Amino acid sequence: MHKKTTVLGKVLRRLRRYIPAAVAALVMATAYVAMSLYIPILVGRAIDCIVDAGKVDFAAMSAELVTIALCAGIGGLAQWLMTLINNRITYCVTRDIRNEAFRHLQILPLSYLDTHPQGDTVSRVIADVDTFADGLLMGFTQLFTGVMTIVGTLVLMLLINWKIALVVIVLTPLSLVVAAFIAGRTHSLFALQAKTRGEQTAIIDETVGQIKVVQAFNRESAALDAFDEVNDRLEKASLRAIFYSSLTNPSTRFVYALVYAGVALVGSFMAIGGGISVGHLSSFLSYANQYTKPFNEISGVIAELQNALACAGRVFDLIEAPAQTPEPQTPEKPDTVRGAMEIKDLTFSYTPDKPLISEFTLSVEPGQRVAIVGPTGCGKTTFINLLMRFYDPQGGQIALDGVDTGHMARGQLRSCIGMVLQDTWLKAGTIRENIAMGKPDATDEQIIEAAKKSHAHSFIKRLPKGYDTVIGESGGNLSQGQKQLLCIARVMLCLPPMLILDEATSSIDTRTEMRIQKAFDAMMEGRTSFIVAHRLSTIREADVILVMKDGKIVEQGSHDALLEANGFYAKLYNSQFAQV
Amino acid sequence: MKTLMKLMKGYSRESILAPLFKMLEATFELLIPLVVAAIVDIGIANADGSYIVKMCIVMVALGIVGLICAIVAQYFSAKAAVGVAARLRHNVMERVLGLSYTQIDHVGYSTIITRMTSDINQVQTGVNLALRLLLRSPFVVFGAMVMAFTIDFDAALVFAGVIPVLCIVVFGIMLITMPMYRKVQEGLDGVTAATRQNLAGVRVLRAFCREDNEVHDFEQCTQELTRRQQIAGRISGLMNPVTFVIVNLAVVVLIKVGAMKVDGGILTQGMVIALYNYMSQILVELIKMANLIITMTKAAVCANRIESVLEIPVEAVTGEKSLSCRGKVEFRNVSATYEGAAEASLENISFIAQPGQTIGIIGGTGSGKTTLVNLIPGLYNASSGQVLLDGVDVRELDKHALRQSIGIVPQKAVLFHGTIRENLLWGREDATDEELWQALEIAQAADVVKDKEGKLDGEVAQGGTNFSGGQRQRLTIARALVRKPSVLILDDSASALDYSTDASLRGAIRRMKNPPTTFIVSQRAASVRCADLILVLDDGVLAGQGTHEQLLAGCAVYQEIYYSQFPKEVADHA
Repeated sequence: MHKKTTVLGKVLRRLRRYIPAAVAALVMATAYVAMSLYIPILVGRAIDCIVDAGKVDFAAMSAELVTIALCAGIGGLAQWLMTLINNRITYCVTRDIRNEAFRHLQILPLSYLDTHPQGDTVSRVIADVDTFADGLLMGFTQLFTGVMTIVGTLVLMLLINWKIALVVIVLTPLSLVVAAFIAGRTHSLFALQAKTRGEQTAIIDETVGQIKVVQAFNRESAALDAFDEVNDRLEKASLRAIFYSSLTNPSTRFVYALVYAGVALVGSFMAIGGGISVGHLSSFLSYANQYTKPFNEISGVIAELQNALACAGRVFDLIEAPAQTPEPQTPEKPDTVRGAMEIKDLTFSYTPDKPLISEFTLSVEPGQRVAIVGPTGCGKTTFINLLMRFYDPQGGQIALDGVDTGHMARGQLRSCIGMVLQDTWLKAGTIRENIAMGKPDATDEQIIEAAKKSHAHSFIKRLPKGYDTVIGESGGNLSQGQKQLLCIARVMLCLPPMLILDEATSSIDTRTEMRIQKAFDAMMEGRTSFIVAHRLSTIREADVILVMKDGKIVEQGSHDALLEANGFYAKLYNSQFAQV
Repeated sequence: MKTLMKLMKGYSRESILAPLFKMLEATFELLIPLVVAAIVDIGIANADGSYIVKMCIVMVALGIVGLICAIVAQYFSAKAAVGVAARLRHNVMERVLGLSYTQIDHVGYSTIITRMTSDINQVQTGVNLALRLLLRSPFVVFGAMVMAFTIDFDAALVFAGVIPVLCIVVFGIMLITMPMYRKVQEGLDGVTAATRQNLAGVRVLRAFCREDNEVHDFEQCTQELTRRQQIAGRISGLMNPVTFVIVNLAVVVLIKVGAMKVDGGILTQGMVIALYNYMSQILVELIKMANLIITMTKAAVCANRIESVLEIPVEAVTGEKSLSCRGKVEFRNVSATYEGAAEASLENISFIAQPGQTIGIIGGTGSGKTTLVNLIPGLYNASSGQVLLDGVDVRELDKHALRQSIGIVPQKAVLFHGTIRENLLWGREDATDEELWQALEIAQAADVVKDKEGKLDGEVAQGGTNFSGGQRQRLTIARALVRKPSVLILDDSASALDYSTDASLRGAIRRMKNPPTTFIVSQRAASVRCADLILVLDDGVLAGQGTHEQLLAGCAVYQEIYYSQFPKEVADHA
């Protein structure tokens, strides 16, 4: 949990570049408040010109009235400009914070993203920043005019009677004490509300994102029950947070009623003693009233800011989550990437108490085709995660052409490796954009060529808009296999010196696979390739087959040699032809 | 807004009491000037110290009563606002859960999420503020006008003229900004979508070194949002300044009119002061009102966006017929076309699956295998022809009972946050631990669970990310088996399993006591080879059906698939 003050400090730091704008807003606020305080004085003067029947000084009055109209115009304009500037500051700061959060998401280690619910992260970037923006905007608009009104009335009160003014000045801070007391209590309530809200967003994200499964299992009512449980808790948390924070306003108003009564009491006795005129007392009272109102607003703003800060805290938690190990200061890189991989004593585990990969040593010649097989959960995908540096190993090293990949820039390493995963993720956008992801400047001919090679061209052609067909957020009506072909075309277009195919063809039918196998072969020609597959037929051609079990290499060799050895691999291989 | 109003009715007590107490508070506030007047006129005039003290005590008492009224008002309005928001979220969730597959494809996930979070929060703020201030402000504005009429008719006409102008300004700005705020919320949808997408595709994006482009695209999204917010803010920010100017101009007119009346001896100076005071009261209330209107405009836009989700028509009304659950599945000339798709995904499919049989479905990528099996539980509907379960058209069956009797294992193995047990109980809520273990054994997932800390109570992370792809698939198969379905659909759900596990799985299903009619969708000829009936799909058309031997003898497509996986010599060897 963040200390409020440190969160506030972080917010202020992000506001720094808007100081000129804030100063301009302050000037506008001053102009507006000055006008709104000056107009009653002018009105008073105008009314003084209207004494009685037949005793009206029309000329003097008209002059005052013109000034009033002028002041109203200036005041209105100043207020509008102030609002515009405040909007600008608020919306730009929220934009900056969202961008900062998003930029940080790009350098967060995958271990963070894999272990934090996606919905909660989305809630931080969207809902929390939104609430923060609301609080900030309200803070700016009302704080500025509030402070200015306080200063203005204070000056006027001191001018009328400094003694009673002192009574007011001494008593009003009492309201701030009350406001601070309530705010202190409500901070934890708002934090609880934001936390529960995040929890709910996670449920929404999960349920809505997987709604088809929910429906297929008739789980609609159960999902709704789970949702309602959090919803009820959120309702209670929100009610408490909103109700207690909204006590600030009436409570401080009560304090002002006391101040007002105090002024009336002291002022009346002074008036009896002749220390102040009745007229002055009445205008004093009206100023005392005007003076306390902004305090009231400010305390309302403080309640809102509590909420805003609670949300900002959650955003900063995200922004400050430790980033992945920084890129080396002087990243090394192989002179020419030939694709020799030297892996020494690699150890890795997701949880410290359960080692997953240990004593993993392997040397791969440039251009070699390495297949990795083994039962599910043996660490194949983890190995790929380490190769791509999605995760960093706890021990040992992976060297590419003699350079420790830990000493390379991640982007440098990854741009040497083309990857096709089982998870067929596509970006919302056109088919063309998706294929060109790794090479945005590719020409149409190159894109179509890549699509043809990966056998995606024929189905793309049949889509209503061909290459310009927009794929929606959930992949639209494309089948898993079609998406997979697009993922392959994506790699086919940029063809880096190394390839990783992690179950790349698991959702493509074997007929198509046969056809693109040639393309795959051409693609792998002269490129170091790592292939993870279950279909043993697809890996028979590999130069080296690594048989993994429990995070270790148990067998290693060519297909024929391994069959000859009649070990674990032979057992796996023969099982696929076993009659059931 | 309709739904909002309906929900507010559930909080009618709060919705009446909150503004009522707020108005009481305002009334007590309005009494204060009278007390002050009494102090001045009686206390000071007579130099009566004890009277002054008494009146000051009265003021404090009024303050206390006002405080109590305000607290009550705040409580009721907070309760109504929070309650309505919670009901709204519930309603939206309920509606979303009832959307058909086609509708979900159409609406999109991100916008549902923004609507359920950000939009509803805005509505909550709007309701809370409206209950407290919406009645109070017009009450004061029109009250002031009425008071003006009691003083002087002609002067009051200024009020009568200004108030409609103010109404036009306020509501005009509201109407103009409404569509703008809708655009703002749409912009927010875009930002949400960009964030979700980035998180979902993080591995691919990083593999392609797209981080910088992603940031760039995201910054464009937020920039666009900022732009729309500023445009909307520019107009709605006019509300306060314009009312400020109008009211002050009205003051000028009022004083001028007053001056002439005083000059003519009809009014006194004090009356002009009173009229001016009423006009200033209007200004104060309008400033509060302007903030309220902006919040309400946003809330109304959000309420309408929520409404549009709730208004999506209920599609695919469930039939009423109950079913006998034996598991005979028949397709009669079935064709299916996805909404917005250029061509049919399935054309003219007919076959019969007898209870307990294993049906293999094999065919190329995009040949319509998944579409075919999704038709059986009525997840999508056939565009022509009939899908019959035990002789009854599935559209006429009670949907709940229909799905209860079908176990489906989707292509994408998805688990939910919770324990393993909770996930398995999705199949059938009253299943015993023994039954769960049985299902796990059949699904070849018992080892996965036994190795897990806490066994059945072991934790499952959101999306099941703490299991490997193969483990997830086996658990989802177990989940489907727990319900002891009469029809089991395995939609390419063994793709991440190695061959031996896949084979043991199929064997175990076969050996079940009352084996379900099992549909196995697969790319692997080995997985379907032993099926009682194999359907060969090619581009949405049934290219052949029969047993392995029949197809191998007579179906060219099947031959091609089979030999692509089993080179002739190996096939002969097997």
